[in-house]
Amino acid sequence: MADAQLSPRNIPDRLEGRGARLMKSWEALLIVVATLIFLGNSLASPYFLDPWNLSDATFNFTEKAMIAFAMALVIISGEIDLSVASIIALASTAMGYAVQLGADTPALVAIGLGVGLLCGAVNGLLITGLGLPSIVVTIGTMSLFRGLSFIILGDQAFTGYPESFAWFGQGYVWWVFSFEFTLFVLLAVVYGVLLHKTNFGRVVYAIGNNQTAALFSGVRVARVKFTLFLLTGLMAGLASICLTSRLGSTRPSIALGWELEVVTMVVLGGVNILGGSGTIPGVVLAALIMGMVTFGFGLLNVPGIVMSIFIGLLLISVIALPILWRRARRRLAH
Amino acid sequence: MIAKLLKNREILLVGAIAVLLALIALRFPAFVGPSNLARVYNDTSILIILALGQMAVILTRCIDLSMAANLALCGMVAAMLNAAFPGLSIPLIILASMALGTLLGMINGTLVWKLDIPPIVVTLGTLTIYRGLIFLLTDGKWINAHEMSDAFKALPRLDLAGVPVLSWLSLLMIAVMFLVMSRTPLGRAFYAVGGNPHAAIYTGIDVGRTRFFAYCLAGALAGLSGYLWVSRYAVAYVDIAAGFELDIIAACVIGGISIAGGIGSVAGAVLGALFLGVIKNALPVINISPFAQMAISGTVIIIAVAVNARAERRKGRVILKKAEAV
Repeated sequence: MADAQLSPRNIPDRLEGRGARLMKSWEALLIVVATLIFLGNSLASPYFLDPWNLSDATFNFTEKAMIAFAMALVIISGEIDLSVASIIALASTAMGYAVQLGADTPALVAIGLGVGLLCGAVNGLLITGLGLPSIVVTIGTMSLFRGLSFIILGDQAFTGYPESFAWFGQGYVWWVFSFEFTLFVLLAVVYGVLLHKTNFGRVVYAIGNNQTAALFSGVRVARVKFTLFLLTGLMAGLASICLTSRLGSTRPSIALGWELEVVTMVVLGGVNILGGSGTIPGVVLAALIMGMVTFGFGLLNVPGIVMSIFIGLLLISVIALPILWRRARRRLAH
Repeated sequence: MIAKLLKNREILLVGAIAVLLALIALRFPAFVGPSNLARVYNDTSILIILALGQMAVILTRCIDLSMAANLALCGMVAAMLNAAFPGLSIPLIILASMALGTLLGMINGTLVWKLDIPPIVVTLGTLTIYRGLIFLLTDGKWINAHEMSDAFKALPRLDLAGVPVLSWLSLLMIAVMFLVMSRTPLGRAFYAVGGNPHAAIYTGIDVGRTRFFAYCLAGALAGLSGYLWVSRYAVAYVDIAAGFELDIIAACVIGGISIAGGIGSVAGAVLGALFLGVIKNALPVINISPFAQMAISGTVIIIAVAVNARAERRKGRVILKKAEAV
């Protein structure tokens, strides 16, 4: 938007090369930030550079990142889903309820994913079917889904998950690589390919940039958006399985406030909150940065709420700095 | 005539509240007695004050997710001031609380105005920062009733002509906001900016500056609510009013304030807040677990936004057909 104000004289004769563009990209900045945080952590604490400690550290972002991938697509398409944390709570409550009825692990996984899909379908139907703004609908379903868990659980908790169920949140695939981290890497590749290499991904960008134009070019806007909300629901269901398995219990307040962290992760990853641009590698880097910051502060015994101040400052400053930088450069150019 | 009345959102909402009260009255006639209704109003006062601030922000096509955190920080500072200087006069504490709230609102407003950062990102960030600051300020400690002076705790309950000061304050804020929205250039600018930002620029309205003032207003009201909240419940800690930002937005949405900006009224915001207040107070009476409140307000939000969207869709001339569900 801001660049459109440049006068025609400033249009370069030829575009910058691939390398130069990569150097100036958001992802390059994130890599620098991630490297600095990594170095800072290594110097600040002798316990940071230990494979098992690092492996433990991955747990504080893998579940959120799973949702962030799908959320990135939703935000790129110009919508938002604030109900993800509540979907986690409802899916977890449903699984806990099923355990009381004697469900085994495969059934629990099916229930977790199924509830996630169902919640996503409710969001998608309200938003695409009735044409309601997604921010209000998902604020509503955010109350509704977690409210249902509160009705079922009250101040109680479900425990007694089968032993085999614990593997999703506590198991290791190979050496220090946990199931959750492996899933995170796998999903990063899947979503990267989906967004950047498929027809579907191009359509998501098209909708985010100009929904009307996309509609007139024959894109089934409503169907694509519905699919995106289904995907987000499914990912929230998956995250719910991992989190429930890791904690081994369900309370209605599970994953409280995660929607903000997931959105922060996506925005930090360079996805435009207004839709139309963003990349999966950016979200992956943002997930790593947030995970390392949380873990590093944890090693230094910094309380969780102070970390959240840092995350909040990070969110605002990473968006503000490039704007200030562009403005300063334009002032110099004139 | 009747069809016209039915299209009026505020009258529809009054009807909905009346039906709700009638249903409760069928089983529990005492609930609709004047004294109990006054109690329900008093209980909803803080939500009403906050909804009025959020309304101004939403009208300009922005949103303030940090209001509850702002409230909590101001409330904590008010309580700390009172605990440290018990002799400090209460109006001075209220002024300090409102000044701090305005300052926090100014931070939101400046980021939106000068840096063009999307409002939802700004207030998502400041929401965590403001709440974190309470922790830094207090180290997670609580300020309990015995550390507050009696005058500090008594003011909201003080009886003036049979009505508590808390209710009077919310009535005063409703009157002030009504005048601001309908009789001042700033109030009209809120509508203009939200209705059509480009047209607003051509009429000489500074869109960013108007948004800035909307955030200041919301901040000041959050600051006032901070003192009221802490003195009413006689306790201050990091998590007071956690998640309340959603109730505030819910009140606005139920009150017919369009999230797309430009549409809404003071009466709508007040009625939306009252609707939630009636539900909240009725649940224990009709013997529904208070745990059900969250699910009910969620359902009400969805129904309200669906009803409002229907009403809005018919308005205005179609210049360029919007992409609709296929």
